[in-house]
Amino acid sequence: MSLRLGGAVALAAAYLAFTAVPAFAGPTLDAVKSKGQLTCGVNTGLPGFSSPDSQGKWTGLDVDICKAVAAVILNDTNKIRYTPLSAQQRLTALQSGEIDLLVRNTTWSLTRDAQGLDYAPVVYYDGQGLMVPKSLGVTSAKQLDGATICVQPGTTTELNLADWFRAHNLSFKPVVIEALDELNAAFFAGRCDVLTTDISGLAGVRASVATKPDDFIILPEVMSKEPLAPVVRHGDNQWRDIVSWTIYALIEAEEKGITQANVDAKLKDVDPSVQRLLGVQGDLGTGLGVDKAWAYRAIKAVGNYGEIFERNIGKKTPLKLDRGLNALWTNGGLMYAPPVR
Amino acid sequence: MSDSNVTVTKAAAPPGQAAFHLSINNPVVRAILAQLGVALAVALVAWYLVGNTMDNLARLSIASGFGFLDREAGFQIGETLIEFGPQDHYSTAFLVGILNTLKVSGIGILLATLLGVVLGIARLSSNWLVARIAAFYVETVRNVPLLLQLFLWYGLLTEGLPGPRQALSPLPGIFLSNRGLKLPAPADDPIWAWVAALFGLGVILTLVITAWNAKRQAATGKRLSMLPIGLGLILGLPLSVLLASGGGAIDMPVLQGFNFRGGMTLSPEFAALLFGLVIYTAAFIGEIVRSGILAVPKGQTEAATALGLTRGQVLRLVVLPQALRVIIPPTTSQFLNLTKNSSLAVAIGYPDFVSIANTTINQTGQAVEGVLAIMAAYLVISLSLSFLMNWYNSRVALVER
Repeated sequence: MSLRLGGAVALAAAYLAFTAVPAFAGPTLDAVKSKGQLTCGVNTGLPGFSSPDSQGKWTGLDVDICKAVAAVILNDTNKIRYTPLSAQQRLTALQSGEIDLLVRNTTWSLTRDAQGLDYAPVVYYDGQGLMVPKSLGVTSAKQLDGATICVQPGTTTELNLADWFRAHNLSFKPVVIEALDELNAAFFAGRCDVLTTDISGLAGVRASVATKPDDFIILPEVMSKEPLAPVVRHGDNQWRDIVSWTIYALIEAEEKGITQANVDAKLKDVDPSVQRLLGVQGDLGTGLGVDKAWAYRAIKAVGNYGEIFERNIGKKTPLKLDRGLNALWTNGGLMYAPPVR
Repeated sequence: MSDSNVTVTKAAAPPGQAAFHLSINNPVVRAILAQLGVALAVALVAWYLVGNTMDNLARLSIASGFGFLDREAGFQIGETLIEFGPQDHYSTAFLVGILNTLKVSGIGILLATLLGVVLGIARLSSNWLVARIAAFYVETVRNVPLLLQLFLWYGLLTEGLPGPRQALSPLPGIFLSNRGLKLPAPADDPIWAWVAALFGLGVILTLVITAWNAKRQAATGKRLSMLPIGLGLILGLPLSVLLASGGGAIDMPVLQGFNFRGGMTLSPEFAALLFGLVIYTAAFIGEIVRSGILAVPKGQTEAATALGLTRGQVLRLVVLPQALRVIIPPTTSQFLNLTKNSSLAVAIGYPDFVSIANTTINQTGQAVEGVLAIMAAYLVISLSLSFLMNWYNSRVALVER
């Protein structure tokens, strides 16, 4: 919200002004170890990706990635401090060192990558979509000339929206509200004809906020590529390696059939690639700056990528999302881990 | 040289010709040295902060500078006073934001002042009910955080009103829905320029005649009643021209597709922000007005009543002009507060300057420059407002002879 954002920006400015140079030039890994805590920037509340439940416990696909990283480094998924961030706060919070890792359905783009940030591998391939009430009688985005559209400010979504309408020579009126709750409330109150964000987000909002989810449809047009990936600060290569390979390990685990339930049994597996991944053979963790059981701990904590997907956003959840692009490369998707060796 | 020596020299020498000793014991030298020291310390701190910021930015590979202002913004803005599209530059987006801030603050200050004066007078009313209602209003409104009030207004306007297809239409061409209030607007027709010009002329003529009337009254004691003259000049003149020409073309809002097209719009975001700011600030201004009126000695009212003035005249001609001296300085602060509070617009989606600057910061990553721009804009607006109000204050201040 505005006050928090103002605070974050002012803090960032103050941080840049007051901090002596070596403050976070040092490896993030050392800082996290000495704090004994991983500070993860997450969404303020996006069902399926990161949202607190009624007991205040965070769940979701993004949250599970945080937990996997915490398991690798600290061997404890409870030693995480979740910092809920709005779309506008998130990058500044990471740049200024307020958080160690940003896992907040953030789109990987050149401008952002060049802004002093680095991206870990994509954890969810998404695209931007448009949701409308069925009663509007619209079946294609091309019929939306003159529509009022609710959108979060400071997102790639906001830019894609303007691009798409410009490209199709249509007009629209944006209503931009930073706080997600307020934005969703405005859409469901009928202030806007259309709500736009990533399709996964629309599915989440429809499942959790709408009183009658069946009254809303997501239009067929996919307006953009939205590869959602965790973000780290530019320049700390070791930290980026740890986050990246934690994600690759989860994908590799799915490919090798290692699950949260059978990971202990798999320690005795004869397949050398499984032995290397779980640290039975060799010492792959040392190269990353962690120990050899790193991937074992991550899988033990949250399961493989497929399990994380199905648990949070898959067919059995209210979001009912298909694997689609997020299936393993062996099943025609884009999830592909480089060799873990 | 002893201390006493200096004192003696200083005391003995005629003003302006004090013998100047370049010594640490000379109070003049000491004062200059102290000031130099403070200035140097401030400059050092500033140099350290700026240098350190630049170092940190460079190390984080964040580009600095205001070059981004010439880049294409790429986002759309919902409410603009000037033409704006995604192909325009960030600098134009900033201008749109500043104009939106000025629009809501300007109208807000005007309405808050009117409502505040009414409230202040109502609190002092001899009518028990009126006084209590005003007191209840003030105590409730000024003790609830403004942000909550904004959410309340926005919620009421968006949830409480029907959709555009079921819009309330109290009069033809006027539609009230959760998309805002749609009103007919003057279309592109030269007659409207004439009407606007005549309206301006009417205002100027009325001001001139009022000044002449005041002089005449001071000299002769006779005075004309200004109400019919003013109304005739300001409203009658443009209206008669409009009627004589057979009326101007009007752009009527019509429901087309799923939204209204044409006409003027008062958006729910703007309305909620304006209501919130006006109602909140008016509570404070009301208290200031009350304190100003109470500061005028009771004898003034009694004397004016004894002269045979009506209650309205006593208030307008005797009490308020004296109360203004007390009212203006704290009211200036309230005007500044209202302007700065308008930045809470971010929360309810009105595209004010802070909202647009925040979006820009996020799209470009130029946090330091963005924050500097926000600070500079508010500083300029606030200082201009202060300057204006100080000038007005010096005009109404008590001139002692």
